[in-house]
Amino acid sequence: MSLTLDLLPLSRPATIHSIGGERSFRRRLLELGFLPGVPVKIVGVAPMGDPLDVEIRGCRFSMRRAEAQAVVLSEAAAA
Amino acid sequence: MALAGNPNTGKTSLFNRLTGASARVGNYAGVTVEREEGEWRLPGGPVQVVDIPGTYSLAARSSEEQVAVRAIFGLDGEPRPLVVVLVLDATQLVRNLYLAMQVVEAGIPAVFALNLMDVARAQQITPDLEVIRSRFGVPVVPVSARTGEGMRELAAAVDALLPDAAGSAIQAAQQAAAPSGWHYPAVVEAAIAELAPMVNAARPQEARALALWALLSVDAGDELMDVPPAVRARVLALRAAAQAAGTDMDDAIIRSRYAFLDAVPLVRTIPQAGKSLTDRIDAWVLHPLFGMVIFLGTMGVLFQSLFAWSDPAIGAIEAVFGWGGDLARGALPAGVLTDLLVEGLIGGVGSVVVFLPQILLLFFLLGILEDSGYMSRVAFLVDRLMKALGLHGRAFVPMLSGYACAVPAIMATRTLESRRDRLLTMMVVPLMSCSARLPVYTLVIAALFPSSMRGILMVGMYVFSTGMALLAAGVLGRTLLKGRRMPLLLELPPYRLPRLATVLQQMWLRARAFLTEAGTVITACTVVLWFLLSFPRDTVPGQDFDALRQQAWDQVDSVIPDERLAEIDALEQADRLQQSYAGRLGRAIEPVIAPLGFDWKIGVGLIGAFAAREVFVSTMGLVYGIGGDITEDSPSLREKLASERHPDGSPVYTPLTGVSLMVFFALSAQCMSTVAAVRRESRSWAWAGFLFVYMTVLAWSASLIVYQGGRVLGY
Repeated sequence: MSLTLDLLPLSRPATIHSIGGERSFRRRLLELGFLPGVPVKIVGVAPMGDPLDVEIRGCRFSMRRAEAQAVVLSEAAAA
Repeated sequence: MALAGNPNTGKTSLFNRLTGASARVGNYAGVTVEREEGEWRLPGGPVQVVDIPGTYSLAARSSEEQVAVRAIFGLDGEPRPLVVVLVLDATQLVRNLYLAMQVVEAGIPAVFALNLMDVARAQQITPDLEVIRSRFGVPVVPVSARTGEGMRELAAAVDALLPDAAGSAIQAAQQAAAPSGWHYPAVVEAAIAELAPMVNAARPQEARALALWALLSVDAGDELMDVPPAVRARVLALRAAAQAAGTDMDDAIIRSRYAFLDAVPLVRTIPQAGKSLTDRIDAWVLHPLFGMVIFLGTMGVLFQSLFAWSDPAIGAIEAVFGWGGDLARGALPAGVLTDLLVEGLIGGVGSVVVFLPQILLLFFLLGILEDSGYMSRVAFLVDRLMKALGLHGRAFVPMLSGYACAVPAIMATRTLESRRDRLLTMMVVPLMSCSARLPVYTLVIAALFPSSMRGILMVGMYVFSTGMALLAAGVLGRTLLKGRRMPLLLELPPYRLPRLATVLQQMWLRARAFLTEAGTVITACTVVLWFLLSFPRDTVPGQDFDALRQQAWDQVDSVIPDERLAEIDALEQADRLQQSYAGRLGRAIEPVIAPLGFDWKIGVGLIGAFAAREVFVSTMGLVYGIGGDITEDSPSLREKLASERHPDGSPVYTPLTGVSLMVFFALSAQCMSTVAAVRRESRSWAWAGFLFVYMTVLAWSASLIVYQGGRVLGY
């Protein structure tokens, strides 16, 4: 089982391995620079546990857990 | 000239700086996306500026997202921009350039305006202008819309690209020769070569860019407009073929673009020690406890300002229009035309202008929340809660505003990105218990219920309306407005001080659009209602009122004639109203509303209340011959309601009728201004009509259940 972004512990740096999920959302993520090899980090969680506050390329995005599942992380970098 | 860029780049501030008071707001053809336009005075003469909605890419899935590509390429009747100014956030250059390179690769004359230079400097971020210029072959101008830095240089750069009468050919040739130093993998290039001849474009470079756009955008389930079926079929076939060969087209295109952007460092950054200001603010604002306190406080201020602070202004506007009406009545001869002018037109315009304080206030506050970056945090904080209702986190503010007034709340739905979310919010907001329902509740509760029950009933009405709104959101969101739920992917931009001039300009643009578009509908409705309530005029009086007046004069010793005369006037008004079209309509609908416990007089009140719910109170005053100048606190109207009897002697207004009436008011679309606002925001009479029909049916059914159920239970 590979680690996905929704399961990444808070503040732990990781690297994107690949993006999955439905096409148009996947394309949006890719276009925002969520590309393989790019570092990513969860910097916060909303009060009710969802959505996540994700930092990438010096920029922050709010993303729901269900959708963060589409972001697969590299095991090596996550460790 | 077109202004394009990512969201949160200060594009609107730049637009405000360039166009100032000349800005106008309109709409793109076929979609509910706003189109802001203005005039920019350049040294070489004025030029039209179109502000293109902020986007991260030209690639689109829906016809709304397609607006950007239409406006930049001048497709489907959009005017073709001579120059595109790309507003880039100097602190987020790579991601911003991803959009910019799509314009540059189409060979469209472009200028890069590196905005937020003041912020970049403070963060020790230094864009390498020479490198950017040479890699993209485009003039680069550092600017700051906040401080005004670089405006003259931007004007010069744009001016130089605008074709004059003789130089247009040279311009086009130069631009076409611009370096495009990036390449796509062979499979993508082959697909482009095949698609380019099929798309309709002015120049080869543009055909290439449009072919790329189609490869990225067209999908089996997309909602794009005007894509030729041949192109669509070819794109799907090419994508499938590439997929079979192990290449994903999206991956290939986007990764080669980013490879070009990431290849050479475009900025020099000196890493900052410690946390940024935004991070330090967010430590509080997004804190599980303090964050909620700040959130509730902010929303409290917003709500209070709509509910209470706008009251003096509303009162003043009503007074001015009332005074204007009296003045006109005094100056003009009595007659139908004067009545039309005073009650129809002045009254109608007044009932439009009366919304201005709330609209201006809400959009002022929304502008500040949006520009400061806090609005994204609001959406972040409440998204979990709103998701349960099938709504976006951003729908929270419109929903909350609905408790004050549905009209500004419906206008606030434009902060939502997708049409589906906007429509769903618009359909639900009018169920929130707005402040105009309050006088009706007050009147009914005070007239029919003992004081011990009054408080709890009032609270009950608010709980009831909120519950129904949430229920309606759940049902509509899962049925009629099912659609694809938009995934939440929202930038949490750094905090910035809002710029007052920008906020004020945006606020005024919205208010003016409301006055001109919804205003005409509201005024027209007022005139129609006035006509229904005051015609026909040549009715046979039910009593000889002149004889009654004479009688009053004869008895001058026993009664003060003024009071008695006012009483007779009110009775005569009531007599006329009962015979008016509205009165006849009230009788005509009596069989329909009788099962709810309403008689035809309430029917007349319901018709009058369509102008605005609180008008119910004064219409009932008229119907019962007490006169129209009364409030919900008037004891005489309360007594009248409590003592009104059916012909058989049973009371018309039982507590059960009261509950049924309040339920009806809570759920029905008794407000033409709301309907007009929905029609303006949805650009469709169909949705406005649907709102009216569904709320009326809902109200009727709920009242029926309450009344008939109550009777079965013996109330």
